[in-house]
Amino acid sequence: MGIEQLVFDVEKVRQEFPILNTKVRGNKRLVYFDNAATTQRPRRVIETVKEFYERYNSNVHRGAHWLSDLATKMYEDARKTVKEFLNARSEREIVFVRGTTEGINLIATSFSRGLLKEGDEIIVTEMEHHSNIVPWQLVAQQTGAKLKVIPINDRGELVLEKLKDLITERTKLISVVHVSNSLGTINPVKEIIELAHQAGIPVVVDGAQAVAHIPVDVQALDCDFYVFSGHKIYGPTGIGVVYGKEKWLDKMPPYQGGGDMIKEVTFEKTTYNELPYKFEAGTPNIAGAIGLAEALKWFKQFDINAVHEHENELVKYATELLKQIGGIRIIGEANNKTAVVSFIADGVHPHDIGTGLDMEGVAIRTGHHCTQPVMCHFGIMATARASFAIYNTKEEVEIFVSALKKVLKFFRQ
Amino acid sequence: MNSLEELYQELILEHNRYPRNFGVIENPTHKARGLNPLCGDEINLYLVVEDGTIKDIKFQGQGCAISKASASMMTEIVKGKTVEEALDLYKKFHDMVTADFTQEVDTDKLGPVAVFSGVRAFPARVKCASLAWHALEAALTGKEEYSE
Repeated sequence: MGIEQLVFDVEKVRQEFPILNTKVRGNKRLVYFDNAATTQRPRRVIETVKEFYERYNSNVHRGAHWLSDLATKMYEDARKTVKEFLNARSEREIVFVRGTTEGINLIATSFSRGLLKEGDEIIVTEMEHHSNIVPWQLVAQQTGAKLKVIPINDRGELVLEKLKDLITERTKLISVVHVSNSLGTINPVKEIIELAHQAGIPVVVDGAQAVAHIPVDVQALDCDFYVFSGHKIYGPTGIGVVYGKEKWLDKMPPYQGGGDMIKEVTFEKTTYNELPYKFEAGTPNIAGAIGLAEALKWFKQFDINAVHEHENELVKYATELLKQIGGIRIIGEANNKTAVVSFIADGVHPHDIGTGLDMEGVAIRTGHHCTQPVMCHFGIMATARASFAIYNTKEEVEIFVSALKKVLKFFRQ
Repeated sequence: MNSLEELYQELILEHNRYPRNFGVIENPTHKARGLNPLCGDEINLYLVVEDGTIKDIKFQGQGCAISKASASMMTEIVKGKTVEEALDLYKKFHDMVTADFTQEVDTDKLGPVAVFSGVRAFPARVKCASLAWHALEAALTGKEEYSE
């Protein structure tokens, strides 16, 4: 790798993020390592959202006026940008939602209405975020379907051999996380999808932690659904995407009823709108969709493989430095991982580590990260998690590690 | 408040390292389990109440320095108090840690546990400090489980 330069200049990238200049806790430099919770937004995205509200704000798809036409075009152009970003076949496959959680709830709820019966089986994995467990538990309760789980090993990788045993003729759907938010593991979703498709089973991929870190191409993956949130890829909160193959979206009834998702309503019968509008009831997050599109355009300037490589360097460097400190255990040591370093320290609770780092200006997350089955697997209640993004640097990793040493010394004295 | 020393005062660190009344009472008259599902903190509280007075109290569980020290100091201060006095302390403690940080708080009667008034500056840590107290209130009012 010696001569190959990263295609982006981290210092230049940092200048595009106003918040990185914020001082915290009494004039300390902010080191933002909570990117798996939410990334920051570049100036371009902030300006785009602001400009929309200042110059173009209007409702979409229904106004008899100039502004509404313009807002509609911007909103539909945003859909096109998302379609291109994921390499979907058509805009009909792109549904705007509030975020990954709503996206999975949409799929689970709509899929269960008609496509799930008592005794049917849904497979998830042990490393799912609660938002890819609870929606399936809810539909399982309503339909009498069963939830089955692909286990993980002690490195935090899926035990894929078990999947073959778990698939039966009653398996109706598999839902799996692309990248684990608490472990950083990149799952072999393509393999899972191939295996599932041999048995005619559709696969949902939770891409919340993947899109900003590794290449995603829904046609290459051949997944049936792909879900992600805008705010984890430098876009606004409150906007997310469900990609779904038309053949499935056509079969599924609407998620919510309301305006925009209908063709014709009488008290006798309602005809639903075509895709993707069938799944977009009510006024959508128009500014959010437009802001998300701007974030995706911004992000696409960079070679995703270079971004991945840069973040991997940070993961490796942080892991190496952490291991030099005594009494640290890394949680999640998959061979194939990205952007996340979860750890625990002997004698010091993750919460105290989080507060201690915060005093030094370093923002991390502590807790179970909405993955309690993962915590249970490792026999722990919580971890401290540093998660990286495109704008983080090795220098910040050094600040983080030296702050951590100070914190551990304070509590272990 | 921008330093660890201000929040984690020596008294808190000391109770975290050497928690008092740590353990189980075999035949408690009152008990409760306090849970903070967000961070996974858990405390089991056991009491012996005779003639309206807390004769003995012990706790077990796992949690951060603040929750452990708070539990330890809570058991020290309520031991020997009447149930009424203990519930009054619970209320005073609760008012103290949930008050606005810019306000003066009434730490009268709270004695050493007033050291936790600093958590008001850290909203995410208030529940750590109050978990043991909530468990105490639950145990004394006949609820066996308290969950944040």
